[in-house]
Amino acid sequence: MAKITIDGKTVEVKDGLTILQAAQEIGIDIPHFCYHPALSIAGNCRMCLVEVEKMPKLAIACATRVIDGMVVYTQSEKVKKARQAVLEFILINHPLDCPICDEAGECKLQNYTYIYGPGHSRFEEEKAHKPKRVPLGPNIVLDVERCIMCSRCVRFFDEIVKDPQLTFTQRGDRVVLTTFPGKRVDNPYSMNIIDICPVGALTSKDFRFKERTWNMTAVESVCPGCARGCNVYLWVRNNQILRITPRVNLEVNRYWMCDYGRFTYKPVNSDDRIKNPMIKVNGELVETDWEIAVETAASILKSVKPDEVAVLGSAYATNEDNYLLQKFAKSVLKTKYVDFLRHVKDGDEDNFLIRADKTPNSYGAYLVGVRSNNGFGFNEIVEGLRTKKFKVVYVMDDDIVLNDEIYSLLDEVKVIVHATNKNKTVEKADVVFASASFAEKEGTFTNFEGRVQKINIAVLPKDYEPWMLYKPRKFGEVKPNTGEINKANLALSRLFKFGTQFDRWASGERRNVKPSWWVIMQVANKLGAKFTYASSSDVFKEISETIREFKGLSYDLIGDEGAMINKN
Amino acid sequence: MTQTKIDGRAKTREIKRKANLNLLERLYLPEIFKGLSITFRQIFKPKFTFEYPDVKWQPPASFRGRPVLVVDDETGVERCVACGLCARVCPALAIEVVADETELDKERYPKKFEINMLRCIYCGLCEEVCPEEAIVMSKEYELVFTSREEAIFGKDKLLTPASKLKDRLEFLRKMR
Ligand code: SF4
Ligand code: SF4
Ligand code: SF4
Ligand code: SF4
Ligand code: FES
Repeated sequence: MAKITIDGKTVEVKDGLTILQAAQEIGIDIPHFCYHPALSIAGNCRMCLVEVEKMPKLAIACATRVIDGMVVYTQSEKVKKARQAVLEFILINHPLDCPICDEAGECKLQNYTYIYGPGHSRFEEEKAHKPKRVPLGPNIVLDVERCIMCSRCVRFFDEIVKDPQLTFTQRGDRVVLTTFPGKRVDNPYSMNIIDICPVGALTSKDFRFKERTWNMTAVESVCPGCARGCNVYLWVRNNQILRITPRVNLEVNRYWMCDYGRFTYKPVNSDDRIKNPMIKVNGELVETDWEIAVETAASILKSVKPDEVAVLGSAYATNEDNYLLQKFAKSVLKTKYVDFLRHVKDGDEDNFLIRADKTPNSYGAYLVGVRSNNGFGFNEIVEGLRTKKFKVVYVMDDDIVLNDEIYSLLDEVKVIVHATNKNKTVEKADVVFASASFAEKEGTFTNFEGRVQKINIAVLPKDYEPWMLYKPRKFGEVKPNTGEINKANLALSRLFKFGTQFDRWASGERRNVKPSWWVIMQVANKLGAKFTYASSSDVFKEISETIREFKGLSYDLIGDEGAMINKN
Repeated sequence: MTQTKIDGRAKTREIKRKANLNLLERLYLPEIFKGLSITFRQIFKPKFTFEYPDVKWQPPASFRGRPVLVVDDETGVERCVACGLCARVCPALAIEVVADETELDKERYPKKFEINMLRCIYCGLCEEVCPEEAIVMSKEYELVFTSREEAIFGKDKLLTPASKLKDRLEFLRKMR
């Protein structure tokens, strides 16, 4: 332990910490560009200069380790002057791009200039000009003028994914960030460099110029792209997701996510969404309301005997949806044929984040009871379809048409399906329930390690209004602006808060979709059950009371970070 | 009744109408003619009113009419780079900007630019904040619409050539 004094505050910190880390521990933010907690120390930006007693010159806080008895000043005149000088120097060749720069609003350079900058520049000469639209690969566009040469992106490839893809050439004001000759930036994790770039030099081809950061609402969620369940923010404007960025969770994804995961919002916005429940009339699916759809499904299910119906849960659906589905299957439909499909892409896995299991909740579905009890699994269900054992197939949030045979076998039975997007199973359905996507409902996923994590409503379904999701900030809660970007503080953009039904920007598309647990409850109650869940948290409460692995868990406990199931 | 004098001290005076009138006033007619003579004298003085709408008022450069988007004379496209600062500063949340990429040098342009004229309060903050001098207050003060939808002005109504806004642009430079 080392006893050090920072700005008059004396604290004991662990040996080996740097001044910057020690200061962060006691809530003092030292401005920095090149330092990143997950990367090696580069010490090239000089933004973190602080004054240390008995040291002849200012020292960089990111690379100076604490020593017992050290006295550090982060706000002295000398430090302030140094910061102004560093910023003035960086800005010499930095373009005046803020109005068109995607980073504005979450830009370290912009924020620090505002807080610590000199307020003017003495540089009257022409700025150095460099290429402004350099495609670095399929997903990234580089603006060389904006780069401040912090080397975070270079270190990310070298150290985190161990696949060097970027480097600097030239020196001084001619320095250029570039790929190796003839190579592209195509690592499956490449887009993380967009997030860690402290300025707007690296931009996402997909999101480029789409929206200003402050106009979007950032909602905490979990990526549905694979069994890792990376923590993410969904950035929404006009009820449309515009981008997905990683949310720090040191236990799951640390600071990162894969490029594939960033595009998992596409199906939510897609044209093939099912926007209303549908029933089959004269061989055609027609849109209807929930009352009629539920009624129709109930009348189909009423006539079947136990074990004449096969029920399929889903590894894409939440724990709550799957739990209620298996309860419905076992206690109301009284069928033994309950299972879900696995979507494992063998080989598409690495030892970083990406998992071969391409679904977010296969472990959860299994744990809450959607599993084949010896000899009543998916293979037996297909066999049963062949022998015409079943009258009805009930599918929740998945496409069970794996091949042409199943496609034609579904002609022989009535099909009830929950679906977010059109698919092959929907084509064969007699009743289609318009299902809420992962961005339109609340619930939990269990990742492959057994961590239960919460997803939240980011895109409003028809029956939700913004005020229902408000978590008004308390007075005095706003933290002083330190230049660190707190995404959670951006949550709830002004537009989202104050839009009325007469504003076009507040009236993005609202789909008439429902979470699957709600639909199952309606159908079950029509068939004589007495389910009385008011929200997904009620369902989760029952899960935590009945499923051993979930004992003691609650939404509060899960919070933003998730919580582990009991494995013993 | 209380009267406040310039120096701030108040003094109270009692109102006694009847007792206050002198004989001439009480005669009534002299006072009537006095009043009428003032009115008739105005007839021969210069007019302050317009025969609106036949005659239209030409506002000075400092006037804040409805905000419009400036089309640059040289490039022929709007100056706006869709930075959204006007939308952010607008206290009435009247502006919606949707940006997209363009091949032009400015890189970014407004795919959609809408001002809801039912929300706009003509404060001019959008003009003040714009880094490109791309949105300015015009001299237009006649706004008529019969539905909420009509009140939302898109780019078709907003785009105005810089040559027509010379007055205002000069005024802005002068005031900078
Ligand atoms: S990187 Fe930051 S400072 Fe530079 S133009 Fe973009 S927002 Fe402005
Ligand atoms: S592109 Fe961004 S992260 Fe990479 S060196 Fe430049 S400023 Fe740093
Ligand atoms: S004049 Fe004021 S109220 Fe009208 S659009 Fe501009 S900022 Fe908004
Ligand atoms: S502030 Fe100016 S440049 Fe920016 S969006 Fe508004 S009009 Fe366009
Ligand atoms: S953060 Fe210390 S030198 Fe860059």
